[in-house]
Amino acid sequence: MKLVVTIVGKDRVGIIAMVSNILAENNVNILNINQNIMEGFFNMVMIVEMTDSKIKLQELQNILKEKGNEISLDIKVQHQDIFNVMHDV
Amino acid sequence: MITINDIMETNRMITENKLDVRTITMGISLRDCAHPNIDQFCRNIYDKITKSAEFLVKTGEDIENEYGIPIIHKRVSVTPIAIAAEACKTDTYVPVAEALDKAAHEVGINFIGGFSALVEKGYTNGDRILIKSIPQALATTDIVCSSVNLGSTKAGINMDCVREMGEIIKRTAELTRDNEAIGCAKLVVFSNAPGDNPFMAGAFHGVSEAEKVVSVGVSGPGVVKHALEGLKSADFTEVAETIKRTAFKITRVGQLVAKEASKRLGVPFGIIDLSLAPTPAVGDSVAHIIEEMGIESCGAPGTTAALALLNDAVKKGGLMASSHVGGLSGAFIPVSEDAGMINAVERGSLSLEKLEAMTCVCSVGLDMIAVEGNVSASTISAIIADEAAIGMINNKTTAVRIIPVPGKKVGDSVNFGGLLGRCPIVPVRNKYNSTAFIARGGRIPAPIRSLTN
Repeated sequence: MKLVVTIVGKDRVGIIAMVSNILAENNVNILNINQNIMEGFFNMVMIVEMTDSKIKLQELQNILKEKGNEISLDIKVQHQDIFNVMHDV
Repeated sequence: MITINDIMETNRMITENKLDVRTITMGISLRDCAHPNIDQFCRNIYDKITKSAEFLVKTGEDIENEYGIPIIHKRVSVTPIAIAAEACKTDTYVPVAEALDKAAHEVGINFIGGFSALVEKGYTNGDRILIKSIPQALATTDIVCSSVNLGSTKAGINMDCVREMGEIIKRTAELTRDNEAIGCAKLVVFSNAPGDNPFMAGAFHGVSEAEKVVSVGVSGPGVVKHALEGLKSADFTEVAETIKRTAFKITRVGQLVAKEASKRLGVPFGIIDLSLAPTPAVGDSVAHIIEEMGIESCGAPGTTAALALLNDAVKKGGLMASSHVGGLSGAFIPVSEDAGMINAVERGSLSLEKLEAMTCVCSVGLDMIAVEGNVSASTISAIIADEAAIGMINNKTTAVRIIPVPGKKVGDSVNFGGLLGRCPIVPVRNKYNSTAFIARGGRIPAPIRSLTN
């Protein structure tokens, strides 16, 4: 199952490291990263694969949301299909 | 391959433009629950509903979380109770409404629809009992919705029922007067009611439907308005194209949700209802789309044309995005549930009469309109007759959900709470009465366009 992880918030050191670590710990593979800084705000979209992961999607969502909240980041994890159906015919 | 812009666009639709799936509605047939003993019948329907819809809310929430798309309501619709309960030896179906309410609370859904009767051509005994039970049923339950279909293009209009429903609506208002006459917000009168509509208050599980189905009602007025904000000087071809593209995207999400819900619940997929359903939240208004097209305030001349274009473009865009389209499928114009409509009434630009004209070109009808409590039953019946006639002649669904709030006058407003919103009292400007017209009774014959064979 492919997921889209979007991360938005104030920029600081170590955001990518933190998110990548959580993904690696849970055996979620990163397929694509797109990141930039707009007016001091950190924006990142990752496409990840969690087929071999040990945990469930909702658990991953909760872990990332919690960690994100600690440093004022909004982290969303969504099934990729919602984007596919909307933008791919 | 999706791009980062696609992802941003989708998430902006959800977070800023209030894109949501309005409802997942499970239709459940109660035809096999019939029993002469009403207590046994109530047990049968309670058991069937709670068993069938046990996982509906959980499934909806799972889909909501996994895809990151809000699903506002989870609902159940059932076989019209006038049919399902007809074998009961009783003179009231109020206990049935209470059983529906209890079952709905048990499974955690937001509304249950189907305390309904289909009487466009005439009453059966069950229909009579049901209609007489409506005021008490709506007063003693929380989330039961009731509907009566009293007209159709094929059958004409049952004017006896038109007369009766004026009285029933008044009585329902009276019995729920301590609560802003909320009973009337859960009661809708139809012409050409579809049996696969997932939206309340008019949802029921039609007699030609399968044992169980899952249908989805989409929403998204905010997304359409946002898309039009970039088109200030564009001509109508471009406006229509933009609405179509947006409706396509919205509906694809609805289709995804419907397919997932169907798969996980093990219940066949019914239809997607392509409706632009507003909510009272800022940025989720159909009136604001009309205003974005260049009408200063909804209800001003040009409103009907703007709505016609909107309604048509939504259908054209949505149609290709779903494998089965049905229900009401059109833009809704419920006054109390739409921040822009509320403002327009308060400004004096949107009247009952203009709303009637608007119902000729969209779904569904005079919806969620609060009027003064002293509006007579026969005037309400006459308003229903006018709407039913529009539906009958134009081969479309029309409806009336009008709330005569006891003790309220023009200048007051009522607050129904939640998705039902808030409504300023809308004046019924024409003070002349239609009592003699309504008193005639009988049937308005089916129109010439019913003879299609």
